[in-house]
Amino acid sequence: MPAAGTSQDSTPAGRLSDTARARAAVAGICDPEIPVLTIEDLGMLRGVTVDDHGQAVVTITPTYSGCPAMFVMKTDILCALDAAGFADARVETVLSPAWTTDWLSDAGREKLQAYGIAPPVRASTSRRALFGEDSVNCPQCGSAETERVSEFGSTSCKALYRCRSCAEPFDYFKCL
Amino acid sequence: MTGPEVIDPKFQYVLRLADDQLILGQRLGEWCGHAPTLEEDLALANIGLDLLGQSRSLFTYAGEIEGKSKGTGKIRSEDDLAFLRHERDYCNALLVEQPNGDFAVTIVRQFLHAAFMTPYWSAMTASADETLAAIAAKSVKELEYHLRHCSEWMIRLGDGTAESHRRTQDALEGLWGYVSEFFEMDEVSNAMLTVGVGLDHAALRTEWDVTVNAVLERATLTRPADDWTQSGGRRGLHSEHMGHILSELQYMQRAYPGMNW
Repeated sequence: MPAAGTSQDSTPAGRLSDTARARAAVAGICDPEIPVLTIEDLGMLRGVTVDDHGQAVVTITPTYSGCPAMFVMKTDILCALDAAGFADARVETVLSPAWTTDWLSDAGREKLQAYGIAPPVRASTSRRALFGEDSVNCPQCGSAETERVSEFGSTSCKALYRCRSCAEPFDYFKCL
Repeated sequence: MTGPEVIDPKFQYVLRLADDQLILGQRLGEWCGHAPTLEEDLALANIGLDLLGQSRSLFTYAGEIEGKSKGTGKIRSEDDLAFLRHERDYCNALLVEQPNGDFAVTIVRQFLHAAFMTPYWSAMTASADETLAAIAAKSVKELEYHLRHCSEWMIRLGDGTAESHRRTQDALEGLWGYVSEFFEMDEVSNAMLTVGVGLDHAALRTEWDVTVNAVLERATLTRPADDWTQSGGRRGLHSEHMGHILSELQYMQRAYPGMNW
């Protein structure tokens, strides 16, 4: 088995490693609004394929319908693929299945916490009560004595919270 | 006598959905920098952004449907549909084009919309049309947040001071008659219901009533009498406010045709 394939290599093993190479090129691209999380951590990266002609197609799914970071991330993906030798690449957006915070990786949750953003607390599949509120721990001091300031924060995916123990405001990556 | 151009009912059905979300999103954008508090400014902009994102998916799909049904020819892009139609070609419901008014009017308008769209998108996840089902699955999660946010404000305002109560009750009375348009069925929606793509909108009234009644009760607000209704938006017959929205929404494309960035 060759150590690394090239885009001219048409053997199955060559295509496989091309795909792996394309995936490696894009997996580390970060969400510009949460720069500690990659599209892979977020679960936004749904697929990478490279066809017989060496054309790479990256499939991503948005977190929120109107997420303005999508355009930046698509551009970053195309630039990264171009730098990796995939000149004629495409990015496709899929809506189904709809993105959920359950796809956030464990590594991603830890990075969020370390960055000062409380990770989503609850499986998104349980339908929320109309006036239900999550119990969120402060990412700074760990206290459960927190309160929600607003369900809508600086980006679509975050809510604003405040810690009653250490008095620090913080972002919460809300369940979707 | 020349009748109206025969249009694919699915195109028309998707366009109505797109126009509702676009125009309401545009209205919310008007609050940017003007909301009562910074947190609420962010919330209204976030909700507007969700709606704008939904409308983009819907416009793109509407353009594809139109392109297919017309055969060859240029497919209208999301921008073509959003920016380059005349007022009579927009088919949003009248509720969403009503002016922002005071904060109570904006919250009541949003609440009435979210109380309808939440069960609507929820049911549309089972649509026979895969694209619409996918957009629905994405949108319903966002609408649940909108509905909860507006419901909390309804209660805070209705059960707040005498003035906030009065303003919220006035807003309810002023907007109530526009709600019935969401539940109307016509040739377009019936055609989509028959093929399993769309829903029986009238059947969503029960769930809407349950949601609205529960919130109004907690908010100590009185449900208005159903003594007037106004509709026409689906046929392109708009209130006097629509042209003003479009003059702002379409300004750049009208001033600099074909511009992009």
